[in-house]
Amino acid sequence: MDNKKPRQERSQLMPLFLTFFKIGAFTFGGGYAMLPLIQREAAAKHKWINDDEIMEIAAIAESTPGPIAVNTATFVGYRICGAAGAVMATLGVVLPSFLVIIAVSSVLEIFSGARVVKYAFNGIRAGVLALIIRALYGMFKQCPKHVVSYVLVGVAFAGAVFLDTSVLLILALCALVGLLMFLRRERSGK
Amino acid sequence: MIYLELFLTFLKIGAFTFGGGYAMLPLIQDEVESHGWLSATELVDFIAVSESTPGPFAVNISTFVGMRTAGIFGAFCSTFGVVLPSFLIILIVARCYEKFRESRVVKGCMSGLKPAVVGLIAAAVVTTGQTVFFPLGISAGVFTSPAFMCSVVIFLAMLGLAIKKLHPILIIVISAVLGIAAGYAFQM
Repeated sequence: MDNKKPRQERSQLMPLFLTFFKIGAFTFGGGYAMLPLIQREAAAKHKWINDDEIMEIAAIAESTPGPIAVNTATFVGYRICGAAGAVMATLGVVLPSFLVIIAVSSVLEIFSGARVVKYAFNGIRAGVLALIIRALYGMFKQCPKHVVSYVLVGVAFAGAVFLDTSVLLILALCALVGLLMFLRRERSGK
Repeated sequence: MIYLELFLTFLKIGAFTFGGGYAMLPLIQDEVESHGWLSATELVDFIAVSESTPGPFAVNISTFVGMRTAGIFGAFCSTFGVVLPSFLIILIVARCYEKFRESRVVKGCMSGLKPAVVGLIAAAVVTTGQTVFFPLGISAGVFTSPAFMCSVVIFLAMLGLAIKKLHPILIIVISAVLGIAAGYAFQM
């Protein structure tokens, strides 16, 4: 795919906004559950990005400040329509949360105390877990097939779950190991 | 001026929180408490609300604090503030990435970052799994409670649908309906 320059397709501005509005409206429980949704909407349906690029975007979103959902929207938007696309996609992904919170902020206790809301979210949490596993499976398939990368998967997992290490530290370490391995392989290849 | 104060405070929160989700919680707590916008209990209560509404926690909390403090325009200022740093940084990164993605350094770092992301998502499976199956902590009795059983059934059904590549939005909707049905059926 030729992605050297952001494609200036003005006609994509409205689809970008609507797609990320949809993604924003159905993203619960952190950013990872949205990855299958992005895969379905931005990759399979609109062909804005491919599956491998989703992984690169996830890596970039993790290594930069701010919510993953916002980072991803801005990145994809920029890819498709430049700065205007970035604005539309980011606006789309933020607007649902913004509007919902404004709507419920005055009836907060009633809303979060309502039994039907509680029950619905008992279910949604289980659904979100399934989506995160789906994201894990999809990302694992895209992951470089190499023993070092399997070790890095394990290190990142253990660091995040058992050691409570800062995410930034894990990412910096993995990037460094990746870089060293890459340069070493390149040298031995020539 | 309250609007400027909201904007600047959430600009700071947006600029210094990596990893998303609740990683930004300590910083948010510091800021909203020192400004007297929200008490510690109110913040904890809001986490529950944020989990029952769509979107990133950072956006939810900034909209809420802004709305509570200074109405709709306040909500706009704080949300704009929290999003702006990520937006600008990604804009710069995206522009550079197009130029440098073929460079050896970027390729090398990416080959390490990709497995790191896989590991972090695997970690999210564990932490999310804990909140789904053991919301009150792992205790002996929980394995037989109807709430636990329902979570397991809904989770397995949704996993099946997710693997069959059903549209993710449909999965969220079905799991909400099943959750409501199970809730009323068993009076959890």
